[in-house]
Amino acid sequence: MNLHEYQSKELFAAEGIAVPDGAVAETPGEARAIAQRLGGAAVVKAQVLTGGRGKAGGIVVAGDPEEAAAVAERLLGSTIRDLPAERVLVEAAAQIAQELYVALIVDREVGRVALIVSSEGGVDIEETARDHPDRVHTLHIDPYLGLRPFYGVRAAAAMGLDSGLWSDLASLLANLYTLAQRYDATLTEINPLIVTAEGKLQALDAKVTIDDSALFRQRTLRPDLDSEPTDTEESTAEARARQMGISYIKLDGEIGCMVNGAGLAMATMDVIKHVGGEPANFLDIGGGARRDRVATALEIILSDPHVRVVLVNIFGGITRCDEVARGIVEALDHLGQTSARRSVPIVVRLVGTNHEEGQRILQQADLPAATTLSEGARMAVELASGGGRS
Amino acid sequence: MAILVDHTTRVLVQGITGREGSFHTAQMLTYGTAIVAGVTPGKGGQTVEGVSVFDDVITAVGETGANTSIIYVPARFAADAILEAAEALIPLIICITEGIPVWDMIRVRRYLEGRPVRLIGPNCPGIITPGATKVGIMPTFPGADIHKPGHVGLVSRSGTLTYEIVWALTEKGLGQSTCLGIGGDPIIGTSFVETLAMFQEDPDTHAVVLIGEIGGEAEQQAAAFIRDAMTKPVVAFVAGRTAPPGRRMGHAGAIIAGGGGADASGLAANKIEALRAAGAYIAEYPEQVAEQMLHILGQADG
Repeated sequence: MNLHEYQSKELFAAEGIAVPDGAVAETPGEARAIAQRLGGAAVVKAQVLTGGRGKAGGIVVAGDPEEAAAVAERLLGSTIRDLPAERVLVEAAAQIAQELYVALIVDREVGRVALIVSSEGGVDIEETARDHPDRVHTLHIDPYLGLRPFYGVRAAAAMGLDSGLWSDLASLLANLYTLAQRYDATLTEINPLIVTAEGKLQALDAKVTIDDSALFRQRTLRPDLDSEPTDTEESTAEARARQMGISYIKLDGEIGCMVNGAGLAMATMDVIKHVGGEPANFLDIGGGARRDRVATALEIILSDPHVRVVLVNIFGGITRCDEVARGIVEALDHLGQTSARRSVPIVVRLVGTNHEEGQRILQQADLPAATTLSEGARMAVELASGGGRS
Repeated sequence: MAILVDHTTRVLVQGITGREGSFHTAQMLTYGTAIVAGVTPGKGGQTVEGVSVFDDVITAVGETGANTSIIYVPARFAADAILEAAEALIPLIICITEGIPVWDMIRVRRYLEGRPVRLIGPNCPGIITPGATKVGIMPTFPGADIHKPGHVGLVSRSGTLTYEIVWALTEKGLGQSTCLGIGGDPIIGTSFVETLAMFQEDPDTHAVVLIGEIGGEAEQQAAAFIRDAMTKPVVAFVAGRTAPPGRRMGHAGAIIAGGGGADASGLAANKIEALRAAGAYIAEYPEQVAEQMLHILGQADG
């Protein structure tokens, strides 16, 4: 789960990491009042979860409170890279002497948190890593030690930071690590971390990603956890699927897929593409799915108007093929899609636990069955190109 | 011979009284696995499928001589279960649990450093040495098992995709020495490289199937090992060519990071290219793994 900049900065401030003075606004009036309190001039930043907000026009400097209100009026409700801006952060303009980059990222291969620092802040770190790899420094933190001051000093020296700031940077990084650990963050990034004209460190931007698997113990971040999507990029259908224990990601193709297991679901999409089709979605019904979950999955797939055919691929282990077959038939009944008037053809491939019973149920419902994944994918592609919705 | 598990494997089931734990205990017993103990705190003295339940791991190991643990404990308690097994010096710990917080796994990995124990998973289907023992959740239907004893070693980051490919191998008459899932999480106990090294050393394994997916750099590391240290043929399939960048495809670890630019290591295409360049055979679809393996080995039964 990605936090907004203003949410991340609230966490930073509580952890003793300096951020610019400011507040979040949901209306132009609120933006005006905040700018007034800040003394007139302010930076208005649209709160959307995407990189490159500045280039996309989402960060605007306002000379006075009226201008701040006008900018907020324009940004609120607009979309930046297809994401709606529902809030703006109004902040005091900073006097920048130097821009740095610091981040803590879980390094999956090493199994530790990596501290990444660079003297080149305010630009895309991946570009710096590519063009000037000598300016990006990585230190892996021993979890038994935590981010001790010596790591911070090592990082500061590597960046070529003025030695008067070493201990400030070391304590900022220690606080950042404490924050990451406390909130189960897999990424905490400050880009840029600035040195102000007065020689102080300040987080001008803030990005925090929380581990989805740890949300059960991060209720302070998400008291609304049960009712809302964890991912802001998630659509309504995706959220509905998640509530049923289904992983669903909508794509642009025309062959809907229902599969058990994430790896097999990806492979099924790949096979569809390999035989000339385009998958309409990724969908994993999860292990041991009962018929109600199967029925919901099918309804979600069919709610996508671009779907011309559905391929069901089940390798039954914990998942029982007869349950899947009953779920498919139930969903079709519920949607009024009986065999006589079925608008979207469905190809089913069932292997494994209780597959004979499952195939019998499908046969009765007049649903075409495939033996192998490749055969199923080919049948689906033929049906998609030949027929489609009537 | 095979790797990691065989007839000498004596299994302890952590979380044996839970729904998953008890179900799979029955399945493993049916397969012939020697399950010598179970652990669920507070349930000591009970039995599950005839297996004695203990309150804690150290007692269970002392009483039964278990040398392998399989963990079905729910995610929020699973890291503690792994640590308990590692503290008791169980040499092989297999964690099935999905959804363990990443920061928990960072601490677990640190504790395992330098200890004479090996962790497989988490978020994995376990290990099977067909015909000998199964320590996992893979389907083994009595009389119609998808597995078959033989000489192809298989290592995978996935679950059901592994079953699909195992079944394709068995259909072609190609048996397996050991099949092992290393897990779909970002931080896992045993890597592709460590598993490939074991297969390379195992005289019973004549060729290896590697099943990768998007996310991370494990396949690139495997490719480097295949290039530098493997003499046995490797057939690889990498799932997720059609996966969009930035979206998590079910598994916690299956995400193309870095915006999915041409240099993003998580892309399937980059993994496939690395494996191909290292001399691995690349399958374009799951069934082709078996077709290529048959072609390479030139005969059924590996």
